[in-house]
Amino acid sequence: MEILVCVKRVPDTAENEIVVNGKGTDIERGDLVYSVNEWDNYAVEEAIQIRDRVGGTVTVVTVGDGDSEEILRREMAMGADKGILLSDDAFNGSDGRGIAAILKSEIEKGKYDLILTGAQADDGAAQVGGMLAAMLDMPYASLVNKIETESGNTIKIGREIEGGNQEMSEIDLPCVLSIQTGINEPRYVGIRGIRKVASVEIPVHGAGDLGIAAGSVGAAGAKVKRVDYFIPPAGEGAEILEGSSDEIAEKLIELLKSKGGIK
Amino acid sequence: MTQPIFAYIAHKNGVADDSALELIVAAKKIDPSASVTAIVCGNGAELDSVCTAMAAVYPEVWKVSNPALAYPNAEVIRGVLVNLLPAGAVMLVPHDTFGMDLSPGLSIKLNAAFVSDVVGIEGVDGSALKAVRQEFGGQVSTHIHCDMASGVVLNIRSGAFLADDSKASGAVADKSGQAGDCKAKRRFIEVVAAEVGDVDITKSDVLVSVGRGIEEQDNIAIAQELADTIGAVVSCSRPIVDAKWLEKARQVGTSGKTVKPKVYIALGISGSFQHLGGLKGNPFIVAINKNPKAPIFQVADIGVVLDLLEFVPELTEKIKEMK
Repeated sequence: MEILVCVKRVPDTAENEIVVNGKGTDIERGDLVYSVNEWDNYAVEEAIQIRDRVGGTVTVVTVGDGDSEEILRREMAMGADKGILLSDDAFNGSDGRGIAAILKSEIEKGKYDLILTGAQADDGAAQVGGMLAAMLDMPYASLVNKIETESGNTIKIGREIEGGNQEMSEIDLPCVLSIQTGINEPRYVGIRGIRKVASVEIPVHGAGDLGIAAGSVGAAGAKVKRVDYFIPPAGEGAEILEGSSDEIAEKLIELLKSKGGIK
Repeated sequence: MTQPIFAYIAHKNGVADDSALELIVAAKKIDPSASVTAIVCGNGAELDSVCTAMAAVYPEVWKVSNPALAYPNAEVIRGVLVNLLPAGAVMLVPHDTFGMDLSPGLSIKLNAAFVSDVVGIEGVDGSALKAVRQEFGGQVSTHIHCDMASGVVLNIRSGAFLADDSKASGAVADKSGQAGDCKAKRRFIEVVAAEVGDVDITKSDVLVSVGRGIEEQDNIAIAQELADTIGAVVSCSRPIVDAKWLEKARQVGTSGKTVKPKVYIALGISGSFQHLGGLKGNPFIVAINKNPKAPIFQVADIGVVLDLLEFVPELTEKIKEMK
């Protein structure tokens, strides 16, 4: 099976506190640690497991600048066979539709049976997978937490729905699936694994290579624009207990007792 | 504003979802004088009872009946909506697992803009709709300007717009004839119910809940010891289940269990809306988190800004001494 996984480089929220800059035009990015979007990691792991079961290749693709190459290498160190970087100044400022359009142009240059994305990203809107599928006229499922490959042109999938229930469907190939965390346990990538793929060439495709008209993507083509970042006006919020940890513990115990929290 | 506004009504077992009452409130933020049309897709007597209920809230209800709509399949419903909606329509959809499945693709097929997980609407300026979203798990918010000249699909977060007393004596129009062939390349098989765990977190009055801040699987023992000491049960947020440190049946949130404890002690939980969506009944919330900016402190009653790995064992010891 030919599998393409769309990945994205994002600030790692487990490692960073996100702060708005002075003018509200962006978050403070200077000290941020970036990594591959958590959901995408599950998608790549799933693709590798499917390939190892039924054969084929796994290609990882991203839309980004030169810095995004490192996440492609990371996913190749996990076991993806190929990486493709889609990069062009004309792509800057794209909205979700623009990103989907860029990916679509690359996908139409190849032949893929299965296209995976992460279900969402911390700085995103959980939209690119569904948009891409609609542009390609392929069936789509979001929040996928189970994939059973069978022979033939359909696969069986589970979607995570409310209450921890799972919605099972069958879906025709080729299709686009957005992958939910928890579907598998993404393998660990060591420094040695990354060194192994350090010199593998990663092709870079720009707007010209993909036949994308200037103005159809990027800021000019965006219907949806982020105007600013802000910290929402705080509500009353919690009463923060002050003092030494000893004093805080005593106050907290009194409060818990009064609310029936200690039996 | 002259663009017509529509609301997609989610329903189950013949009863409309709470979001049905919230979407009309969101619609009025776009256009206070809008006549909002509810679209209800389904089949049989259940569909009729939802339509009747919605006609008491919305001035117009479009009913779409088809055996293929007995279970909401986003691909089928996308086709129905593409057939029914006029050019330039504003389509409001609940931001739930169905809306996430439906709306991005729907916006492409309608050539409309799409804004996901909307938490605020600040009106319309020319053809620009001004909306508010959150990013990074609610740590920051953003103002979004969206060009709605050729229509827009908006996914509305549950609970972001409080239901008002909207009343109407609306007419139900049967649009089933325009639904199209209702065929899909994705076919629903069944819903598999969530696993039942060895502990039922929904039955406990006091929950000690652990999140990513617990850092390591071995540290869950710290939470378990506190829980044992105060007679509570250990629950958790999603990352703990994804890491397979606790079973799915212990997860609080929209994709886990809905709980109504009296006291909720959140250890190292940031407080995403998906997590808080599973916490009902206005419990007394204690948040212990070393990040003072964690969104959980906005909803907690009491906050402790300390490293839980040091503070919680100390707290547990103190409670044991008192007993």
